[in-house]
Amino acid sequence: MAIPFEFAYEKPATIADALHLLDKWGSNARILAGGTDLANELKQGFRVPELLVDIKGLNALEKIKVLDDALHIGALATFDMVRNSQPVRDHVYILYEVAGLVASSGVRNRATVVGNICSAVACMDSAAPLLVHDAVVHTASLEGEREVPVQDWFVDNRKTLVGEKEMVSHVSIPLPKIKYAGAYQKMMRYTGEDLAAANVGVLLMEDGACRVAFGSVGPIPRRSPEIESFLEKNGVNARNIEQAKEMIGGIISPITDVRATREYRMHMTKVMFVRAMHAAVERLEKQKR
Amino acid sequence: MKKISFTLNGELRQVDVAPNEILLEVLRYKMGVKSPKCGCDTGDCGACTVILNGKAVRSCLIFAIEINGQEILTLEGLSKDGLTPLQKALMDRNAFQCGYCAPGMILSVTCLISGNPHPSEEEIKESIAGNLCRCTGYQPVIDAIRQITKKQ
Repeated sequence: MAIPFEFAYEKPATIADALHLLDKWGSNARILAGGTDLANELKQGFRVPELLVDIKGLNALEKIKVLDDALHIGALATFDMVRNSQPVRDHVYILYEVAGLVASSGVRNRATVVGNICSAVACMDSAAPLLVHDAVVHTASLEGEREVPVQDWFVDNRKTLVGEKEMVSHVSIPLPKIKYAGAYQKMMRYTGEDLAAANVGVLLMEDGACRVAFGSVGPIPRRSPEIESFLEKNGVNARNIEQAKEMIGGIISPITDVRATREYRMHMTKVMFVRAMHAAVERLEKQKR
Repeated sequence: MKKISFTLNGELRQVDVAPNEILLEVLRYKMGVKSPKCGCDTGDCGACTVILNGKAVRSCLIFAIEINGQEILTLEGLSKDGLTPLQKALMDRNAFQCGYCAPGMILSVTCLISGNPHPSEEEIKESIAGNLCRCTGYQPVIDAIRQITKKQ
């Protein structure tokens, strides 16, 4: 299907050039990285930009690196790069896990983590791991750089806090100094393409800290301070995990759509929460040994 | 329109494209390369798979203009000098029926085994998980891949 409208295309050679273009075109410009969401949005007429700014010439944005006790994921890092990155596997295992579950290898070779959180479709896979790790989104514009906690980043389905003249340069994931372990669960019909009908991410730390995030069961992915404080106060054990599971009904608000009913999503989110907690407990025990 | 040049199946080619033209359509209708197919047109089915700089990608989700200076391989280029062992194994088993998914499937697997000549069962299945086939049930395809990748 051809895209039914015309637009301009620029591939800037430097970040400064990219920011100048964004400054000039504002909300009429759209950043193009992997393009796997963008191409569909344009075909469907969901977005009608006048300019695409292809940032694939900005090689510095490709990097995945550990810097100042944080793991940095550049705007051009694809899920394939994340999946094959030793620092990701060593430090943020849950993101490694997620990167293997996003769509198919053919999409992962192109789609980026940063693009995923900029498209901000409610069923995105990247949000849960970033949320439980308290990741920070780094933006840049001619006016300067901003750091936005990922907890504040999502505003609504497909809406984020990115400014009209801003682009995201990278996300950073602070690495705790103590031992920690995470786990991710995704509900889908089959591998290879499917979007999450619901997803759950959890992170446990050896000092008892507990973080829980739910995705695809509301307009934006979110952490659950209710469950986190319950488990931190009462301890993470099988009985308390079962109790926390019963709190989920009052926390998430899934809808019925083509992929699953509201009831099925609700039920499976509870099941996945328990599975993820037990997996994380087991992984944390292994870390401590 | 902008003139782009890129390597297509080993040959340097030039073509005029508008920014809103999709790679799949340019390959099929401007370059005469018909092995990539349009199935779902949303990146789900894998029929449009091509190899871009060594990686299997969805040509229906790529703007042709992005390909300037890059390298594309399609089935036409892959079997320029005869069928590959993978293609022969698939043929021996009569692994496809209608064949619509075949080019994409073959390129996805080619990509897998170029970096990983002895993939596990799970890796084989994962590599074609994004290539939907409605005829074969996948088993003869998987059997053919297993045959050419098992350790001798």
